[in-house]
Amino acid sequence: MNTYEPVIGLEVHVQLATKSKIFCACSTKFGSEPNANTCPICMGLPGTLPVLNEQALRLAMKVGLALNTTIAKRIKFDRKNYFYPDLPKAYQISQYDMPVCAHGGLTIQPESSGGITKQIGITRAHLEEDAGKLLHEGVKDGSWVDYNRAGIPLLEIVSEPDIRSPEEAYDYLTRLKAVLLYLEVSDCNMEEGSLRCDANVSLRPKGESQFGTKVEIKNLNSFKAVQKALQYEIERQTEALEQGEKIAQETRLWNDMQGKTISMRSKEHAHDYRYFPEPDLVPFTVTEKEIEAVRRALPELPQARKERFVKNFGLSDYDASVLVNDKVLGEYFENCVKEGANAKLACNWIQTDLLGALNERCLSFDQNPITPKHLAGMLALIENNTISGKIGKDVLPLMIDEKKTADQIVKEKNLVQVTDTKLLEDIAERVIAANPNPVEQYKSGKTQAIGFLVGQIMKETKGKANPKIVNEILQKKLS
Amino acid sequence: MSEKFNIDSLADLARIRLKKEEKAKLTNDLSKILGYVEALGQLNLEGIEPTTHVAKLENVFRADEVKPALVREEVLKHSPHREGNFFKVPKVIDQA
Amino acid sequence: MTNPEPLTIQAAARFIQGSSEKARTVAEALKKRVDQLDKSINAYIQFQLPKTFEIKQGPLAGVPISVKDNLCTHGWETTCGSKVLKGFIPPYDATVIRKLKEAGAVIVGKCNMDEFAFGSSNESSAFGPVKNPWDLTRVPGGSSGGSAAAVSSGEAIAALGSDTGGSIRQPASFCSVVGLKPTYGRVSRYGLVAFGSSLDQIGPITKTVEDAALLLQVMAGHDPLDSTSAQEPVPHYTEKLSKQVNGLKIGLAKEHFAAGLDPDVEKAIRQAAKTYQDLGAKIVDISLPHSRFAVHVYYIVATAEASSNLGRYDGVRYGLRVPSSNLTEMYIDTRDQGFGAEAKRRILLGTFVLSAGYYDAYYLRGLKARTFFRRDFEEAFKQVDVILTPTAPTPPFKLGEKTGDPLAMYLSDLYTIPANLAGNPAISIPGGFTNRDLPIGIQLIGKPFDEATLLSTAYAFEQATDFHKKKPRI
Repeated sequence: MNTYEPVIGLEVHVQLATKSKIFCACSTKFGSEPNANTCPICMGLPGTLPVLNEQALRLAMKVGLALNTTIAKRIKFDRKNYFYPDLPKAYQISQYDMPVCAHGGLTIQPESSGGITKQIGITRAHLEEDAGKLLHEGVKDGSWVDYNRAGIPLLEIVSEPDIRSPEEAYDYLTRLKAVLLYLEVSDCNMEEGSLRCDANVSLRPKGESQFGTKVEIKNLNSFKAVQKALQYEIERQTEALEQGEKIAQETRLWNDMQGKTISMRSKEHAHDYRYFPEPDLVPFTVTEKEIEAVRRALPELPQARKERFVKNFGLSDYDASVLVNDKVLGEYFENCVKEGANAKLACNWIQTDLLGALNERCLSFDQNPITPKHLAGMLALIENNTISGKIGKDVLPLMIDEKKTADQIVKEKNLVQVTDTKLLEDIAERVIAANPNPVEQYKSGKTQAIGFLVGQIMKETKGKANPKIVNEILQKKLS
Repeated sequence: MSEKFNIDSLADLARIRLKKEEKAKLTNDLSKILGYVEALGQLNLEGIEPTTHVAKLENVFRADEVKPALVREEVLKHSPHREGNFFKVPKVIDQA
Repeated sequence: MTNPEPLTIQAAARFIQGSSEKARTVAEALKKRVDQLDKSINAYIQFQLPKTFEIKQGPLAGVPISVKDNLCTHGWETTCGSKVLKGFIPPYDATVIRKLKEAGAVIVGKCNMDEFAFGSSNESSAFGPVKNPWDLTRVPGGSSGGSAAAVSSGEAIAALGSDTGGSIRQPASFCSVVGLKPTYGRVSRYGLVAFGSSLDQIGPITKTVEDAALLLQVMAGHDPLDSTSAQEPVPHYTEKLSKQVNGLKIGLAKEHFAAGLDPDVEKAIRQAAKTYQDLGAKIVDISLPHSRFAVHVYYIVATAEASSNLGRYDGVRYGLRVPSSNLTEMYIDTRDQGFGAEAKRRILLGTFVLSAGYYDAYYLRGLKARTFFRRDFEEAFKQVDVILTPTAPTPPFKLGEKTGDPLAMYLSDLYTIPANLAGNPAISIPGGFTNRDLPIGIQLIGKPFDEATLLSTAYAFEQATDFHKKKPRI
């Protein structure tokens, strides 16, 4: 067991968030009627010609810089020739040997790594046009073609085969997605196809430096699917190798329902894409000045934000990591702090209570009705002892359900913490008198018995007593 | 020369069907043409940049603006096989 | 207005004077001539007058213009001379068609052509060969053979063609008309069905140099829809047109007088050089050392691009589909029945030169050798203003003479190809006749974007000779 080492590389296709397609003026809007977002150019009608959307190149450069790649000074496009009904021109305009970006990397830190980071190389990222979509289900005697997606700008980001486990693959994708969302270059919506991933995986005996035969896995519809498919494929290949079988170089499709990969019937036609320079597009040059301008305009990226959260707010590396992996979550946290919340308190409350409460209600973070100001307000009530943390845990869900501020809820439900020492002393005396046994135990050294007495006082005050004051009173009275 | 290319695999790549008599003729033609083209071997091409474009142009862009073309109906109307707003093709089998 | 045969654009515009009624008169006269002649010449795939004549004002107000059938014309079936595009009706106008219409022109016909412009004789058209109006047993040249034959026979006032390796100039030469291939990028290619995208240019085929200048004026200029269209300003070609060639340096390349050149053609070129000398131009001996490799480079580059450009004719979206329950069968049946022999030949050749293992030895080598053509011209144009060459090595040949030997057919473009490989503008004008009255064209090649000098040089010759006035007896 475990004598084989997996070698994994990922190819991610990201839809760049332009308004119009990469080579024509059709809309990129998702969910339009079939073939509504088409024109003679993206349908490949005879005589039509492509013209590059400037924004597509700009967005690609942003990604390239964020992934520490080198932006090419000279860029060209090439034709990749093959026949398929979703490919209107029988060639895809792509980039073969002069991609926009090359030689970069992304730092990963999988949960189980114990905080150890690892660099995953980025081989290249290139611009290309998407193909249309084929529909099979419910079509009698054939397939339907919808060219709305044909010509959607894509950036294909190819990793080095540096990934060694499904977990690393998952972490790479999560972090890559975070970077893309930070850059606002894509909505990264996997259901709508704006982020797609293919995985290459091979096994080799541990210690071996040569790569084994690689298998390409397609039809991966979520990051979890990538992880599961890789897991499955590693097990399948391990078993095969242990039985002395050879791994076939092939493309396999992940079937999420069955939880396994299935060999794609080997195509009848050999692949020879006959790449050659696209004569209809002129070359593109990028100056150092232009690259610098894009670099200067880059927003703060997850890694930098994490380091800042640790440094400025004293968060643990792990907590900071969780907050920054989701751009919106990190921004929410920071806004709470801006509204006066204690950073560590805010971090804990957001990560556990807020996310938990939203989760229970099947709400995404986008649907969170509590503004940073209101969460900061609630946390302030805890900090200034108006309510206890325990009451806070009841207030927070009410803020979501009743869409009210913590102040309103505390007043309406009369949840203000009892800090009146005189009142609490009276209750304490009654509780002591009524519970001779625990009192006796406490006095004989079983100090944990005080918990029962505190609980009784909390019960009497419907949880509103300040637990710290209650503790102090009891200790004094029982000493 | 003719051993250089496999006429069947070229025809397959280009989705061209060759009838028997066509195949013999085209094999012969291609051999002749490629034999003729072979003369380029006489040129010393070392250090010569390939010419892919003669237009001395660079950086030709369009702005990211949407202009609906509204030609769907016109194109579908003349399509060799439409079904609703789709183009219809024989069942595509080598896909998931 | 009974015979449109001698009618130039200039003359037609003068007659029409912006009047829709007179425009109709001209168009109807033209239709009558087409009805009479086209059964024997076959220059048109379609000829159709508009239902109503409400003409736009402009330099071409009301002038009927015919266009090669590879130019997308909104609402007109555009076949490229191929069965595979049967029923393809573009939902848009090519940029040149839009510009012609905006200048007032009335599009009246789509001219026959070699299938997808693959040919030098117009015999590869799916709509039958075009006959040369000067001798109906001979070819009109190709691939814009329909356009040239129509203009020559008076079945058109003027026409548009396209030129990838000589497809405007060689038929112009064979039919004794004027054919101009502008600098690559001078005229937008948007809407021209692509053959060799890095070589294709649209240009006029006319009865006079003046008409060619006028049409170029209307068509030239930057087009945001064509990334390769030049941003150079457009000079005023018609105003600049002059017959003054005094002091002009005209080059004659020694490589152009090698074996294979018909003696009658050589005689015409030498005579043309003398005519220019008499007009005050200076004849300079130059060298274009790579000339003999033109066909080699061309058939690599052009077929590679063509094989890719023709992939889209797959029966899915438009044109012909041969039904099948199997996708691959549908593809290959459609392409089998849709494409003729020459198209298949070029697709296979282009597929081969790009294929894995052969790319470097063929395609890349072709691209590198292409660089020499540009350099040769750059060197030559340091010494001269214009280069004078034969347009074609021979006068028009017999129908069927070269159909069995593709290589012999390809060699008829030997003199025209270099201007496409390098992107330079070139024009063919009537330059004489054989003793059997077969036309001989002379070609002038200019510096990139210097169509003005090219046109003036051509104009000077035309005005000094009578060749353009001679019409075929049909």
